[in-house]
Amino acid sequence: MKCGIVVFPGSNCDHDCYHILKKVLNQETHWLWHKDNADLSSFDLVVLPGGFSYGDYLRAGAISRFSPVMNSVISFAKKGGKVLGICNGFQILVESGLLPGALMQNHTRKFICKNVYVRVESTHTPFTQECSDKSVLQIPIAHHQGSYYIDPHSLGDLEEKGQILFRYCDAEGNITDSSNPNGSVSSVAGLCNAQKNVMGMMPHPERCADPLWPNVDGQSIFKSLITQS
Amino acid sequence: MDKEPEITSQLVKDHGLTGEEYRRILDLIGRQPNFTELGIFSVMWSEHCSYKSSRPFLKNLPSEGPNVLQGPGENAGAIDIGDGFAVVFKIESHNHPSFIEPHQGAATGVGGIMRDVFTMGARPIALLDSLRFGELDDPRTRFLLNGVVDGISSYGNCTGVPTVGGEVYFDSCYNGNILVNAFCLGLAKSDKIFLAKAGGVGNRILYVGSKTGRDGIHGASLLASSEFDETTEEKRPTVQVGDPFTEKLLIEACLELMEFDWVVGVQDMGAAGLTSSSFEMAHRSEAGVRMDLSKVPLREAGMTPYEILLSESQERMLFVIQPGHEEEAVAILEKWGLDAAIIGEVTDESGVRIRFNGKEVVNLPTFPVVDGALDLKRETQRPEYLDRIHQLNLTELPHPPRGDKALIKLLGSPNIASKEWVYEQYDHMVRLNTLVLPGSDAAVLRIKGTKKAVAISVDCNSRFCYLDPYEGAAIAVAECCRNLAATGATPIGLTNCLNFGNPERPEIMWQFEQAVQGMGDACLYFNIPVVSGNVSLYNETKGEAIFPTPTVAVVGLIEDQTKVMTQGFKKPGHRIGLIGFTMEELGGSEYLKVLFDKTEGKPPVLDRKHEKQVQDFCLELIQKGLIQSAHDCSEGGLAIAVAESCFASPAEGIGATLDLESTLRGDALLFGESQSRIVISFPEEFTDKIEDLALSYPVDFILLGKTGGSHFTVNINGREYIKQEIESLKKIWKTTLGSYAGQTT
Repeated sequence: MKCGIVVFPGSNCDHDCYHILKKVLNQETHWLWHKDNADLSSFDLVVLPGGFSYGDYLRAGAISRFSPVMNSVISFAKKGGKVLGICNGFQILVESGLLPGALMQNHTRKFICKNVYVRVESTHTPFTQECSDKSVLQIPIAHHQGSYYIDPHSLGDLEEKGQILFRYCDAEGNITDSSNPNGSVSSVAGLCNAQKNVMGMMPHPERCADPLWPNVDGQSIFKSLITQS
Repeated sequence: MDKEPEITSQLVKDHGLTGEEYRRILDLIGRQPNFTELGIFSVMWSEHCSYKSSRPFLKNLPSEGPNVLQGPGENAGAIDIGDGFAVVFKIESHNHPSFIEPHQGAATGVGGIMRDVFTMGARPIALLDSLRFGELDDPRTRFLLNGVVDGISSYGNCTGVPTVGGEVYFDSCYNGNILVNAFCLGLAKSDKIFLAKAGGVGNRILYVGSKTGRDGIHGASLLASSEFDETTEEKRPTVQVGDPFTEKLLIEACLELMEFDWVVGVQDMGAAGLTSSSFEMAHRSEAGVRMDLSKVPLREAGMTPYEILLSESQERMLFVIQPGHEEEAVAILEKWGLDAAIIGEVTDESGVRIRFNGKEVVNLPTFPVVDGALDLKRETQRPEYLDRIHQLNLTELPHPPRGDKALIKLLGSPNIASKEWVYEQYDHMVRLNTLVLPGSDAAVLRIKGTKKAVAISVDCNSRFCYLDPYEGAAIAVAECCRNLAATGATPIGLTNCLNFGNPERPEIMWQFEQAVQGMGDACLYFNIPVVSGNVSLYNETKGEAIFPTPTVAVVGLIEDQTKVMTQGFKKPGHRIGLIGFTMEELGGSEYLKVLFDKTEGKPPVLDRKHEKQVQDFCLELIQKGLIQSAHDCSEGGLAIAVAESCFASPAEGIGATLDLESTLRGDALLFGESQSRIVISFPEEFTDKIEDLALSYPVDFILLGKTGGSHFTVNINGREYIKQEIESLKKIWKTTLGSYAGQTT
């Protein structure tokens, strides 16, 4: 699989995604500089990594969407190319209109970094096909603006089309108020577009994919993509 | 340009210089300084920059060792860890700014310490913070706690450097003067450590980073080098404002620039900004520097040379590069969207000459500015309070038949309660190195590309230091090393942040002298070089000084990153044991403070030889794979250490039953803070091996009981002393700090 990782000014998790894709999973991996209007046609996957692109000033992702590289990413996605946005990458996907809804400040009004559980809500996508249906993954979150919002009508739409891929849950897979760390509507932690080639999620799968740690739940997402290509 | 003010004795005084110091300036430069030059002397001779009160004492700290690549005197210390890598680290205070403006004060403290580290060519990979606030009932404490944590969180998280640990304490002695000590560790190639030097004639001086504004002027001289009084709030404009996004760009751009061998030297513009960076670089290289301030990127129009030179605007660096590479350098910086400008060059003169708008505004030799401040021979005198507080008679203390109440009260004390509310606001995982998450004895980070890991612990029990600064400081070193031993790490180097009151008072200088001596003696004994540090004096408000707080951060090395030990019990049915010896020591304990509101007695005895054996024994047990958990006994004593091991178990809480035989008072046995003790757990079948090994050292070792069940039970001489449900104990411990911080008043 040929992967590209976009580097915005302020990207922080670019090196972590690179480490997992290149060093742990042995995939061909390249950097994509934000100022470049690159030809992405030879890529199988483009990752928008976590971080604080442009300092998250104004609103997370609001400035990055105007980066030259986003023109390339958008046309890549429109042609069916697979795009994975993690944390700040998810925020950029939402801001650039590749995914619906909005990411607001956590209901705690604080930055939260901890391990949480998510339930796999659909396995019929290139991002989740290696996961078992309704399985529970332990993946860390680290964000200040991760409370997902979408109007009830559109939420129904997402559900119907199987676009909601992850929901925050407890260790047993129950979806409760106390297992929702940031106040996301319907506990949504990750979703994809209607064509199922663009996915955004707030939890960081790259933080639990190196076998030096006991938890490698995040690998299932990358492995789903690798099997696909 | 407006006419500069005339130099009067009042103006000299306003610049924090004494009459004697001003006469010395006249002697050294042979003429009257102009207004800008007076400003330069004011910051460079300030306590904060010149260490004029503390320097004579600091010479006693051992700073050498076979693996030390860089000791004190540079931006940070550096130690070779093998495999071609070095760790670069330092701790630094940002106390006064954080009291006045907690968010920006703490944020810029983090930014400053990171720059000290990447200035040396090291990529910052870990941050820790030692924080001390006033008592919970003080109306300002909640505001300061929230502001400081928010500041660290917003700055550290944005730069992508994980905040992996630290400490948080509360005591009324910090009501008027909180402490914010920030530590950073970076990783460099051991043959690519950059120093702050200017090199040969003709080298270019390159200004990098944020534009210079009017913020932070006299931060070092007037804010950091005087005690607080009624006018403190007026000093708010001296607090700098941070921009973590620019810092992140600066990290990446500087590290990219430092790949080239035409980079000669680097110095960050921290305290005293452009002044200290230019004068110090010139002085270290015995070279001269010429600069033109008209070329400095400015944030606002109309700034005077005085303001440009003294500004402490954040996120700025000064590079010295070989001529002919100006365009390459600027291109890299522009790629990262940073301002860059060649503002001067290195000369063969012996001074710094600065021009502005075509006119020379400064012409000073470097020695008087950098090294000219006289070491002050401050008087020392043993404080009288010591005789009063050393009288602690245990027989006068009530002696309750059960310990449940005390245990619950201690778990709900913010000094002991979980710091989860704090560290969940910090990204502690980014960069994929954090092997041991915050909340443990020490943070542990793997070193990518090697089998190694480094462990870091930051520590100081300031109550012990108040009762006996010599022993207290030695205990801080010992405990920090013990924290490392509990994770499987051997100490390799230390950095310190010496927080004390007003040095003009002989009692404060006595505390300082004693603490430095105690720290130095302990470091000598444990063979740990002190490679960097920072002194913060004048931590007092209206004559009320903080407890002496000589915070230490010790870095340790783990050869095999798969052999990292953690503090949580792993399984029911494991044996629990105690390495070390318990004495009847309640002096200065958290128990005494929480239950009786006393900070009295003498600190626990530290037997250095025994301490070393305890640590070596623990390390060998980990090496041999004989134990499943290890946890240092500190605040709250044995009972708290065991309870924390219960809470930190992977199953969200394993119970424990201890069966103790002892002639000590129950409270001293369970809550006393005797030193050199580590609680371990292990599978039953290893008991004999561990006991035999203990005998061979010899080191004290006793079996305490077993893990399992849903309760924490302690029996002393066959009588039940404590029995409580783990779940309810854990809830108190876990929620105390968050519910305090979240209250609205």
